[in-house]
Amino acid sequence: MASDLQTSELQQRELTVVPLRHPWRWFSGAVILLVIAGLGWAMAEAQIQWEDVPGFFTHPVMLEGLLNTIVLALAAQGGAIVLGVIVALMRLSANPVARWFAVGYIWLFRGLPVLLQILIWFNLALVFQNISIPMVFSVPTNVVMTAFVAALLGLGLNESAYMAEIVRAGLSSVDEGQTEAAKSIGMTPLTTLRRVVLPQAMRVIIPPTGNNFINMIKGTSMASVIAFLELIHAANNISSRNLEIMETLFAAAAWYLVMVSVASIGQHYLERAYGPR
Amino acid sequence: MALVEAIGVRKSFGHTEVLKGIDLEVERGEVVCLLGPSGAGKSTFLRCVNHLETIDAGRIWVDGVPVGFRASGGKLYELRERDAAHQRRDVGMVFQRFNLFPHRTALENIMEGPVQVLGRSRAEVRAEALALLERVGLAEKASAYPGQLSGGQQQRVAIARALAMKPKLMLFDEPTSALDPELVGEVLDVMTSLARDGMTMIVVTHEIGFARSVADRVVFLVDGAVVESGTPADVLDNPQQPRTQQFLAKVL
Repeated sequence: MASDLQTSELQQRELTVVPLRHPWRWFSGAVILLVIAGLGWAMAEAQIQWEDVPGFFTHPVMLEGLLNTIVLALAAQGGAIVLGVIVALMRLSANPVARWFAVGYIWLFRGLPVLLQILIWFNLALVFQNISIPMVFSVPTNVVMTAFVAALLGLGLNESAYMAEIVRAGLSSVDEGQTEAAKSIGMTPLTTLRRVVLPQAMRVIIPPTGNNFINMIKGTSMASVIAFLELIHAANNISSRNLEIMETLFAAAAWYLVMVSVASIGQHYLERAYGPR
Repeated sequence: MALVEAIGVRKSFGHTEVLKGIDLEVERGEVVCLLGPSGAGKSTFLRCVNHLETIDAGRIWVDGVPVGFRASGGKLYELRERDAAHQRRDVGMVFQRFNLFPHRTALENIMEGPVQVLGRSRAEVRAEALALLERVGLAEKASAYPGQLSGGQQQRVAIARALAMKPKLMLFDEPTSALDPELVGEVLDVMTSLARDGMTMIVVTHEIGFARSVADRVVFLVDGAVVESGTPADVLDNPQQPRTQQFLAKVL
């Protein structure tokens, strides 16, 4: 056949290899660089006092807002993880009442916007003047329900519903045989969970939890609506005096990026620690 | 008294009755092989002996203790899972799919029971675990993770893990069924030496050769009931029941 002839003919010669060219890669690369350069130029031309931004970045009020943001994010996420594990265990429990409670809990706290939940907690004193357990204790609601507590509850309870689902998926991902093997060497249910199931579930739990924590860091900004002094409220406080709105917002933006970067690095190391062997 | 006494054991999954009244006694030091077609209830029965399944009727006694219950004042009280775990310490189990803990090394897998369950000192347990690895021929694999071991090696580690609890009884649930053919021998060798050392064993297996050479008694199950039982010579070479004959004709 003709093609066979050609092949044998080709095999006998020393041939130059021409690699596939990718002209569109060069073109699209150039377009992207051009767009970036344009944006950079626009920023440089913008009427922003860039030289003021570092000052706002380290402004005492901004640093206080930063600290509050970090404390709120860590407390809300930490509480959400603990609650999430409990709700996930209830969701997987043999007790139907516990199971249904968990389903309802997730439905409610995942179903409402965080902003709405924060506002409801913050305004709780309008409908309940006291928080009390009859005969045990009673405190005025407006004393307990500070902006921090309201934000903590709003963010934490919403996140706990998501954590419950993440933890449940993680626990369910561990093979039933692992539990049986643990039982067969006489492990109690609690030891089995702690030594066998949870360490393996972590591989499934950590990546979405890291994502959620990054969302949590940014979600703390919603506490600004109830005048909690987190980063955005701090930025507004500063700019209300000097009217450099964009400059203070950019300083706050830089702090968010720093926090998210640190969280991402932390997630990377956690994933590696629990990664597959 | 026999080490294991099962009387009239019944078990259903939904509407399907998988065990229809099993009676079985296993003496100390005896090796009993459970044979039979798939779906006969062999594995289910084995899991009942270790209380991985609850039974619907009948009773299983291991070393005079009713499995899954506490006898007191002429009554049997069903055990909480935590107390059932205590009973399982004395019974080792080896699974078809090994079920090693993938996040721990071979050595850590073996040490896990004695350290976490019995609360013994790590140093002491470590020496024993290394000796067990030596015994199953894997001394050099102490720091390997299960994922780095072949199926046969994993199963030998699993046997060592069960032995680390110093059980009175070892249950084997099709220990070689998930293995490549060339790896079956190494696991059977370990089991054979264990039997020689006097361990009481109940083995669910399809390895007729192993049953013939190692078992003291062969029990043939079909559809949740014991059809035939006796020495390997009786049951394997001279089966009386047509169902046994059919099965052996297929597998031999």
